[in-house]
Formats: sequence, structure tokens, C-alpha cells
Amino acid sequence: MSAKMTKVVQSSRTSRVAGLAAIVLVLALLSAAGWADRGTLSLLMEFFCYLALAEMWNLLAGFAGIVSLGQQAFLGLGGYALFFAALRLGWNPLAAFLLAGVVGAIIAVPSALVVFRLHGAYLAIGTWVLAEVLRLIFSEVASLGAGSGISLPVKFAKSVRLGPMHRDAVLYLAALGLALIVILASYLLLRSERGLALTAIRDNELGARSSGVKIFSVKLAVFAATGMGTGLTGALLYLAKLRISPSAAFDVNWTSYMIFMVVIGGVGTLEGPIVGTLVYFVLRQYLADLGSWYLIILGVVAVTVMLRLPMGIWGTVARKYDISLFPTRRRVLFEEAGSGGGELCAEGSSAAQE
Amino acid sequence: MLLEVSNVNAYYGDFQALFGVNLHAEKGEAVAVIGANGAGKSTLLNAIAGNVTTRGAIQFNGEKLAGLKPWAIVTRGVTLVPEGRRLFSSLTVEENLQMGAYARKGSDWGLAEVYELFPKLKERARQPVTELSGGEQQMVAIGRALMSNPALLMCDELSLGLAPVIVQDIYATLGRVRERGVTLIVVEQNVQQALKFADRVYCFQEGHVTLEGEARKLSAEDVSQAYFGKRGAA
Amino acid sequence: MKAFVDSILSGVLLGSLYGLFASGLSLVFGVMRLVNVAHGDFIVLAAFLALAFQHVTGIGSPFVMLTILVPLMFVLGYLLQRAVLNPALGPDILRPVLITFGLSVIVQNGLLQAFSADSQKLQGGRIETASIPLGGGLAVGTLPLLTLAVAVAVIGSMQWVLYRTRLGRALRATSDDLTTAGMMGVNTPHLFGIAAGIAMVTVAVAGVFTGVRASFDASAGPAWLIFAFEAVIIGGLGSLWGTLAGGIILGIAQAVGAYISPAWQMLAGHVVFLVALMFFPRGLFPRRSE
Repeated sequence: MSAKMTKVVQSSRTSRVAGLAAIVLVLALLSAAGWADRGTLSLLMEFFCYLALAEMWNLLAGFAGIVSLGQQAFLGLGGYALFFAALRLGWNPLAAFLLAGVVGAIIAVPSALVVFRLHGAYLAIGTWVLAEVLRLIFSEVASLGAGSGISLPVKFAKSVRLGPMHRDAVLYLAALGLALIVILASYLLLRSERGLALTAIRDNELGARSSGVKIFSVKLAVFAATGMGTGLTGALLYLAKLRISPSAAFDVNWTSYMIFMVVIGGVGTLEGPIVGTLVYFVLRQYLADLGSWYLIILGVVAVTVMLRLPMGIWGTVARKYDISLFPTRRRVLFEEAGSGGGELCAEGSSAAQE
Repeated sequence: MLLEVSNVNAYYGDFQALFGVNLHAEKGEAVAVIGANGAGKSTLLNAIAGNVTTRGAIQFNGEKLAGLKPWAIVTRGVTLVPEGRRLFSSLTVEENLQMGAYARKGSDWGLAEVYELFPKLKERARQPVTELSGGEQQMVAIGRALMSNPALLMCDELSLGLAPVIVQDIYATLGRVRERGVTLIVVEQNVQQALKFADRVYCFQEGHVTLEGEARKLSAEDVSQAYFGKRGAA
Repeated sequence: MKAFVDSILSGVLLGSLYGLFASGLSLVFGVMRLVNVAHGDFIVLAAFLALAFQHVTGIGSPFVMLTILVPLMFVLGYLLQRAVLNPALGPDILRPVLITFGLSVIVQNGLLQAFSADSQKLQGGRIETASIPLGGGLAVGTLPLLTLAVAVAVIGSMQWVLYRTRLGRALRATSDDLTTAGMMGVNTPHLFGIAAGIAMVTVAVAGVFTGVRASFDASAGPAWLIFAFEAVIIGGLGSLWGTLAGGIILGIAQAVGAYISPAWQMLAGHVVFLVALMFFPRGLFPRRSE
């Protein structure tokens, strides 16, 4: 194996093509604000919110090794922060929205300090306890409606405008923007050195620790960032719903949906959650009338996929055809005189665990 | 032949550790397996014990062992004393020994016989196994393996980390085990000890058998060549 | 003052129930490093099964139901472990958590579908309101006292199995070193099934006693999982009696909280849990080797 020349590359032809296609798609989506009807805008807004949630959950679990069963804590916090700013502080929608993100990040830090003392499944349940504690607390806050919840004043809802664009369009664009930022930020993060650190943590925490990676601060940063992002998403979702209550905002089913979307699509890839969110919405279209059966089916599908197709739909396809739309792997190309060349991929996948 | 290993390849995931290994042991023999670190000696024992993915034939007493789960292999009379002893740390000495008898068929070796062989262990029967010295822990590991009534006992790196005096003691005891009719395969870093103890010796290098012969007929040079030299010099 | 002592006492008794919840969780974690996120939902399932049996057979006492429920849940646990959970085990910590979470969703919504969201209760008969006077104006309910006795008996039996039987030795050995236990002849997938079955037995007992004690509904599972989990963390991983102690501490915390105000009942428990986690991360009675 005598390598004459080696080169480290990150992108491939597929990803460059995909990059162009993505730009076209994004432009099309942006324009939708102008021509789509309110119902469609509303659905799209929800789609992008859920996509953002899925990507963030994936970042936590797939890359930072934190399985969170309590992201609804930040979702609810974001929603309540917005409602609080609207009702008690008299702020405008933008300021209220930003407050939601700030609150999410601020609460995430001490939460992490407590919850990171646990590991693995216990950490997961710990995050769930966190969400439960918040649910209980907010059920007692009378000025925010306590257990039965509270509504947004009509004036506030009406003030969500941007020039001539109506509320639905504004919310849609905000959701689209949020999802794009989340994906872009994750992509840039994973391409960077910090990203390598994250992948190292995911695959082998002990190994990562011994190579000097500051695990704790990386995990904390990711937890805080997703806390902020989830808070912002919660604010958007509840701004659209116009009404919030503790049992809805801190419902663990939010986590069920996030897990479903990520697992079906493929944990640990950026493309996976996109596929997963699409599948989720399609299923929801057809199954939502079934009430509890809907969730049972989601659960059965998720468990089956986890047992039989552990890399998810996208993960399996990508592995088989070696595609990566968001290339985060670094590949070493060996070029030997006369024999074409070979490729060594440095990613550190969880292939060993299958 | 009691044990026959034919053309066995063994793998850790994608990594191949053994290449076409042939080895056999007659009833009552003591066979030593020597070689440098990473040569595949432990892998061989683990392959026979069912802990590693293998291709090829492993026959014991006429029965096929390859592909069986470890718990099925031990009931057929093949027991491994693993490298590093791997005692059950939350169990006492006696409980560790009793675990050895978990799947026992037959009763040649019981607590009484093991305590007779290792009187020190009887004194320490109720102590947690973590409080014992290295040598004593090795005794527990051997005793535990004996409790399963093996026809074939495989020992992986018994002398690791132990003082020479203790190692000699342990091999002396193994001699007594052998007198009771147990066939032995010993993986041993200490070549001198291996040659002194065994009837026949196999030498491994990079997953291949490079030498096979009767211990007393091998010269130091043969061994050195097989141990360190280029492959193919058998 | 009397009311306060009453509170503490009822806290101890409630806490023993939490300890019982937690014992199955603790055992399974000890043997196979698996935390079953659906544990609470299985307790609810057990309570509903007992209810269904009551309706179908007309037998009044849920405690008699246990004679059918216990073997049934044992088998259910064994089969579930071998079919769904054993394949999920491995170096990846993500999979078992997600799979058991998926199971939780399935069980909870399955119960919702089958039994609706209505609150239910198991009828226990006279034992529910009977009480034993303790003197000094204090009395303790017969049912809570029985619950404490049963919790101690169940945990005591599990300890007995673990430390005085061949099976228990195998369970502890497997917990120490899975591969080597296999080399001793332990059929580990089967043993995991047995451990899961034993855990389901504790779940069956816990389910019946909880169902008689207070009303429950299909979505009560997560709350009970959290109590079990908090009991394990407060008490310390790896020790069943520690888990019982953790449960009792949790129960007392909740009772003291309830004494202050109804809202504080749950919160007080969570606060004590968080404090224990911050200052005693290994729990109050951890096993030395953890």
C-alpha cells in the first residue's frame, strides 16, 4: 500500500449537485410566502418547525451522545416565555420570540450541570424529570393561566406582520429560516474541528476523552444551543396555536414525535431527519383521525425500524450507495501511479455496532 | 484425537486473526502454544471456546464445536481459563468456584477436590475475590474452570503478572491436574516454562502456525526462529 | 404535630410502594445494564389487566388476581425480553432507550385505546378502609401497612434469590462479566429473559397494590417510571435494599410536600431527588463496586 499522493477532501460530486439543487429549492420555498394559501403556509410552517426539532434532537443524540427525553421542557419554556413577554411585559412579537431563545439557553445551562451527572438511559430519564418539574411549576403559575392554560391577546397575534405579509406568511418564513439555520449551523459545526470532536464523542467517549477533547464543554454547548433552538421553535409553534397550557406544552409526546422522525430517517445524519419529518407528516395526513391508534402505529413503526433497519431509511440508502448530501466526512484519497486510486474514509461510523 | 482444529480462520469483525490453523491434542497430553504478543494464541483458545467468529472445523471427541455458543461448548467438556482471569468481582471465592459448576455434567471435580488442590482458597472461601493476591486469584480461576469437569482445560497466559515462584507452584498444580486425566492446552509467554511443562509445542506468528513439535526435541534455535523469524520457516 | 407524624408515616408506607416499583428496574439494570423506559407503563398495564380479570371472572379480590397475574406477567416479561429487548442490547446506548421508549408509547396508547382515558380503580374490599390503631391517637391503614410488608417481602425474596441460589449467582456473575458468565455455561439470552420475568413479577404486584390504593388511568405510566427512577438514584445503583430506602425517602419527601400544599407534593419529591443527585451522585447506599 504505497500511497504516492494523498489529499483530504470533504465534498463529492453528489454533494455539489445536491448543493445547487438545495439552493434552488430554498429559493422556491421562500417564494411560497407570496403565492401559497394560508392553509398550506400553516402546514409548511409546522413542517419546518418539526424539522428543526428533529434536527436538533438528532444533533444531541446522534452526535453529542445525549439521548434527551425532555426537549419538551425547552419547547414549553419557549412558548411560555413568548406568552409572558406578550401578556405581562407588553413586548412586540419579535422581542418575545427572541426572549424565548434566550430563556431556553439560560435554563439549559444549570439543567445540564445537574442532569449530566447521570449517564446513558438515566440521563435520558433525568431530562424527562426536568420537563415534568417544569410542567408542575407552570401548572401553579396563576398569572400564566396555571393548569388550564392561557390565550394570546388578539392584538398581539394581529401585530405579527412584516410589511404587506400576513401572519401566516411571516410565521412560515420564520419557521423556514429557523430550520435552515439549524441545518446550516449543524453542518458547519460538523465540518469543523469541533465537529470531529463531536463525532469522536459519539463513537467512543473514553477514546475521545483520552485524546484531550473537552467533552463536558462540548456537550454543554450543544445542550445550550439546542435548548435555545427548541425554545425558539416552541415560541413559533405556540404563537401559531394562540393558546398554551402546561399539559400540552410540556407533553412528552413532543419527544415521541422527535424520536420517530429522527429514527425513521436515520440517526446521526443530517439528511435523515428531513426524510423522517416527511414520513411523519405523510403518516399524519392519513392516520390522524385514528386517535390513539395513530400513536400506536408510530410506535410500532419506530420500534420495528430500530430493530430491523437501525440506520433508518436515509441511513441505509446512503450507506448502500455511499451518498452524502451534507458531506461531513473527511476522505483521504490515495493516488497511486497506474492503479487508479483508493479511498479511505475517516468518519468513525457506528458500523461496528450493527 | 481428543481435539482437532482444522484449517481454522478467526475474525474480530473485519479483522482476520487466525489463518488456516491446524492443531490437535491427544487425550492426556499437555500442549503448549507459544508466540509473541498478538500472534493469535489467545484467539485460538477463544475460537475453540466459542467466543470468536470462526470458519473451519473444530472437532472435540468426535463432536463439532465450531459455531456453538460458549455455554454449549463448556457442557461438552471444554473449559477456558481466560486471560486476565476474569473472576466475578462481586462474588466471593467460593461463589466464583460454584459458578464454575453452573453447567456441570459429571462430578469428578467438586469444591472438596478443588480445595484439596488449593488449600489456601479454603481459608479464604468467604472472602470477596477482589481481596486476593494475583497468585491466589489465578488459583481461583483454575479452580473455577475445574469445577466444570473439563476433559480439556485451556489456560490463557497463566503466568502474566505473577512472580516466578508462584508460576512454578501453579504449573506444579497443573501437573497434578494432568495426572487426574485432564488434557491441557496452555498458552504461555514464558517459553522456558512452556517447554518444561508440555509434551508438544505449537509456535504462532501473526495468526499462523510456524512450528509444531515435541517439546524435548526442539532446540532453542528452532524455537527462536519460529518465534521471531520470518514466516514459513517451519 | 399528630398530623405531621401521620404524614411521615404515610410517606414511609407510600415510599415502600415506590421501592417496590423500583426494585424491578434496579434488578434489570444490574443484570443487563438496561433501563426499561416503559417500566411505569407496564405497572399501569398490570393494574388494567387485574381490572379486566375482575370484570371477566367476577372475582372480588385483586390479591387473588395476583395468582394469575404473576405468572402471566412473568411470561410476558420473558418473551418481550427475548424477542424485542435482547436484540436491542449492545454497545449503543441509544437503541435500548429508544426502543423501550417506543414500547412505552405503544403500551400507553394501547391502554388508552382499550380502556379509554377514564380513571379507574381496583376494588380491594374492606381492607381499603381498615386501619390498625397505634396508640396515642395514631392509626395506620391496613392496606398501606400490608403494602410495606409486601414490598419488604418481595425485595427480601429477590435478595434471597440473588445471594442464596444458583440462579442468583448466575445473575450476579452475568452482571459482573457477561462473556465469562457465558463461558461458565450461562445461557445469557435466556438468563436475561428470566431477569426480565422477575422484574415483571414485581411490576404485577406493584400494579395491583397501586391500583387498589388510588385511582389510575392509562397515562399514569411516566409518573410512576419517574418515581421508580428517582428511588433508584436516591438509594444508589446496585442495591435492592438501597432502592427500597430511596423509595421511602422519596415517599417521605412527597408526604412532607403534601403537608405544605397539594402542589408541593410532587415537587418536593423532585427537589429531594435533584439534591440527592447533586450531592450524592452515587446515591446514599451505592454498591461498592459501582
